[in-house]
Amino acid sequence: MINMKKDIFQAIADPTRRAILTLLTLQAMTPNTIAEHFNSTRQAVSKHIKMLAECKLVKQEYSGREIYYHLNSKELKGLDTWLDQFRKHWDGRFNQLDEVLRNSKATKK
Amino acid sequence: MIPIFQTEYRKDATNRKIFMDRTFDAPLENVWNAWTNKDTLDLWWAPEPWKTNTKSIQFETGGHWHYAMKGPNGQCHWLIVKYISVEQQKQFHGKDSFCDEQGNAVTGFPGKEWKVTFTAVEDMTRVKVELTFESEQQMTQLIEMGFEKGFARAHTNLDEILKKQE
Repeated sequence: MINMKKDIFQAIADPTRRAILTLLTLQAMTPNTIAEHFNSTRQAVSKHIKMLAECKLVKQEYSGREIYYHLNSKELKGLDTWLDQFRKHWDGRFNQLDEVLRNSKATKK
Repeated sequence: MIPIFQTEYRKDATNRKIFMDRTFDAPLENVWNAWTNKDTLDLWWAPEPWKTNTKSIQFETGGHWHYAMKGPNGQCHWLIVKYISVEQQKQFHGKDSFCDEQGNAVTGFPGKEWKVTFTAVEDMTRVKVELTFESEQQMTQLIEMGFEKGFARAHTNLDEILKKQE
């Protein structure tokens, strides 16, 4: 599980893969259509797509003979859940600091 | 009247960074002291119900803060922040890591870098924190389990590492 999630960060660490994700927010696309947007070889692009699929950021769907790639927004949301947890932790810490600062003011007066 | 301040959070997952921006209703000097003075740090640093106990602190460039985080069930974990640069009442830059009671950093466990800047805004103080995680794994461990559990897991890992070093 952890390794799979680790790939999410590797996946979005690459500018080409980020561009692919951005493209897919517009609409689902076949690998060929995706590749047309890049200067790199089709093979290179398909490697990137494969990695995105492996960590489930994109999903495959068949339509006739064509494969279409969709964004998997559920996985992308995982990144936000993490920030929420982080935020809770720090909100708590900073509220404690507010309290400390209020008390130090009170004792000075 | 007590003003309520919100913390703004921004993440940059690509660069493994988190930014925080928060204003405190106190003069710069007090806020700076709260971040740099051991008696004050001990009061607020640990997330409830944990407690912070400072063993030693030299808040200066090249100095360190060595402290224990004590849990409600008797857990005790040591951390050390090494101060890379300190500019009085302006900013400090440090790097934290888990360590033992003597302050020897635990190898094999990722730390994170801290850049904290302080600016006076009238009689209040704006604090900006930039955290840089050392590894993707460190960030993702937290995603996977949520912060609290991630923290607990980090400590379990630490226990194991420390046991191996004994």
